[in-house]
Amino acid sequence: MSPVNTRGKRASDWRNRLRHHPLSLLVSLITSLAALITVLVLGFLVGYILINGIPNLKPELFALHYTSENQSMLPAIINTCTMTLLSLLLAVPVGIGSSIFLVEYAKKGSRLVNLVRVTTETLSGIPSIVYGLFGMLFFNNTFKFGYSMLSGGLTLAIMILPLIMRTTEEALLCVPDMYREGSFGLGAGRLRTTMCIVLPTAVPGILSGIILAIGRIVGETAALMYTSGTVAKVAGLMDSGITLSLHMYKQASEGLYTEQAYATSVVLLALVLLINLCSSKLAARITKGR
Amino acid sequence: MNQFKGKRAGKGGWLETLMARLFLLTALVSILCVALICLFLFANGVPAMQEIGVFDFLLGTMWRPGNDIYGIFPMIIGSIYVTGGALLLGVPVALLTAIYLAFFCPKKVYRVLRPAVELLAGIPSVVYGFFGIVVLVPMVRAISEPFDGKGNSIATASILLAIMILPTIIGVVEPALRAVPRSYYEGALALGATHERSVYTAVVPAARSGILAGIVLGIGRAMGETMAVIMVAGNQPRMPKGIFQGIRTLTGNIVMEMGYASGLHREALIATGVVLFLFILLINLCFSVLKRRKDA
Repeated sequence: MSPVNTRGKRASDWRNRLRHHPLSLLVSLITSLAALITVLVLGFLVGYILINGIPNLKPELFALHYTSENQSMLPAIINTCTMTLLSLLLAVPVGIGSSIFLVEYAKKGSRLVNLVRVTTETLSGIPSIVYGLFGMLFFNNTFKFGYSMLSGGLTLAIMILPLIMRTTEEALLCVPDMYREGSFGLGAGRLRTTMCIVLPTAVPGILSGIILAIGRIVGETAALMYTSGTVAKVAGLMDSGITLSLHMYKQASEGLYTEQAYATSVVLLALVLLINLCSSKLAARITKGR
Repeated sequence: MNQFKGKRAGKGGWLETLMARLFLLTALVSILCVALICLFLFANGVPAMQEIGVFDFLLGTMWRPGNDIYGIFPMIIGSIYVTGGALLLGVPVALLTAIYLAFFCPKKVYRVLRPAVELLAGIPSVVYGFFGIVVLVPMVRAISEPFDGKGNSIATASILLAIMILPTIIGVVEPALRAVPRSYYEGALALGATHERSVYTAVVPAARSGILAGIVLGIGRAMGETMAVIMVAGNQPRMPKGIFQGIRTLTGNIVMEMGYASGLHREALIATGVVLFLFILLINLCFSVLKRRKDA
């Protein structure tokens, strides 16, 4: 069939719908309009920031030292990497361990499992500023870490724990029981079955959870403001150090460094895009593998 | 022989027992965290509430830390107004977009739209806040000038939060819509309904609790959002005077003043955090009840 023909058919279809079901046509148009609004808002936001930000991406913004004349973001970028590594190092083993417990070891529906579920759900709903307050009270004051990367990392580790637990649990549940039965049948114990059979199969799912967690750490501001602080230097474990999002918040809210804030937001957006790309590539691989 | 077999089956191995204990221990971490968070927030916030007086604290309309007057009612109202505005603007768009994604979307468009929604979810709140400062604030200022309004206002914060809760709501509602058995849709079609009528009168009502769960999650997100809101809301601690006037939210109150507060002032800010925490716990409770009902 030629394309002209289909178009003609489509037009008559529209006329038909307008005559017989005007209300349905209207509803379908409104629905499409809403989706269009969502896309336009996103497109405008990303486009606006990229167009205004890319010309402001100057090499001196990546100098090793931050001064008030040169709002270099390199220290903040390095701190963000440190913070990400630190939080993941703390949260990932705990998250995976507890998911293994929930899926492989615990009796389904036992009181402990339910309690862990409820607390995890609670943790995932707590706003980041409440985490920030808790981190300040607990790590900074009670443990006397002061403003430090360690306080910030511990706070963020608690914050991303539910995310890692949920994705790991889903990944483990997706491993067919046949694998476990086969392994048990060959004489392996529960530990060996879990570590050598179940966990490797679940790796892509776990990785996609970790990627999501990286996204949250990179974008986090409120939880870090009063835990890791805002000193713009490359920070060690016990020093206060600013991360990229906080750096941007400072620039944007002071109103003096709008151009630099544009540049920082381009870097943040680029990171988020990269993270989303990775996670969707992984997701595609998981569904393909199944 | 028997002993050997037992070891192989993993009943008696010491490593096996050790690791089982270790996994149990890691599972207890999240329980411990919640307990610690409750303990520390309440222990630091509740005494201040008692000192100020629970009613004076919750219902007092004046916030003057300089004169030791701490009433957070304006901030509670502020949070509710901003969240309400965000829901008013965001929920219709989010629901319709979710319906579009689930039932109206050609496959090719879906492959673009779905990542777009995910990207919207991944953008950090400071970037949203910055976008608010450079785009929304001037826009709202221009619109509200005839009414003697400000750029940093309830309206601006509501618009920004409406954008931010879109992906949250869509992310819950779309799977809920897809989970409705196809027979509902097919039954409606067979009765002669159009595609649109089938979707809106048969499938959408069946996904009711999932839709509600999405909205409740959106409320939680809007109420807990901090940085984006303080960048555009104006942050004046007073009763709201109109949608084009500035307001301070509970979250904003904590961030704005925590940096320099001390003594009772500091404890009052932590108590603000306690109030926010209680609000969020309540919202979460609603969410999990709704989610359970969906599962059942």
